[in-house]
Amino acid sequence: MKSCREVTRLLSEAQERQLDGGERLALRLHLMICGACRNFSHQMTSLRHIARAYARGAKDEGAGGPPGKGRGKDTDRQ
Amino acid sequence: MNEQTADDASSGAQSRDLESLADPVYLEELRHQMQRFATLQLGDPHLAEDAVQEALVGALKNARSFGGRSALKTWVFAILKNKIADVLRQRSRYVEADSLLRADAEESDLDELFNKRGHWRAEERPAKWADPEAAVDDREFWRIFEACLDHLPGRQARVFMMREFIELESHEICAAVEITVSNLNVTLHRARLRLRECLENNWFARGQDRGGEA
Repeated sequence: MKSCREVTRLLSEAQERQLDGGERLALRLHLMICGACRNFSHQMTSLRHIARAYARGAKDEGAGGPPGKGRGKDTDRQ
Repeated sequence: MNEQTADDASSGAQSRDLESLADPVYLEELRHQMQRFATLQLGDPHLAEDAVQEALVGALKNARSFGGRSALKTWVFAILKNKIADVLRQRSRYVEADSLLRADAEESDLDELFNKRGHWRAEERPAKWADPEAAVDDREFWRIFEACLDHLPGRQARVFMMREFIELESHEICAAVEITVSNLNVTLHRARLRLRECLENNWFARGQDRGGEA
């Protein structure tokens, strides 16, 4: 069984290359039982999405105060 | 540069490049990305602007020799990277001492996150992010994002930006910064671990463990 450290390395590498069958299987098995790495896995997708949005200039678009502005804050109340 | 007429049929890709550089929307977007890249790496918007100007002028002069938009982009950023490297080299004594320290710091990094058996330390486990899609619409989020980028060790930030902002492929980054693929993978892994932790602590999990700061 791969450790979380190795699994996060693979999840990071998956952003650069197609993992092979063995790697994908090892990931699937680990992610079935590890919530922290599952969260990490989703975050890799989010991080890419965020970085690309940033490079496209989303920050400056957001500055004008579109409808979405401030939504992140609302998650504070719970 | 206007005599691109007769031989165009034989070089569609080249003429597309010329169109790319003549397309104000594309050019502005490219300039924008370059400016961010250079500013984050140099920490000085004016120096960055100079470097971007020079790189773009170089690209316009040589526009006919590219094989497509992605090649153009790679090339423009390669010039920009060299300009940035020149500026950084002038500060090299500081930078080298700094990166030596950072290399050590990077090693201990992963030990802070994982225990000896390679499992997450209890307090370092990634949490579930609430509504990550909404963050990109929030100005405050971008302030935090930039601060988190600033906190990355220089080499990690540089490589991460080449990959995620400029969307270069692994082999292109390896060639540009002269590292091996496995070096690159290690660096990107660390950059992502750090960035996600920083974003989580300062944004995505901010409201979860404390009821709201004054």
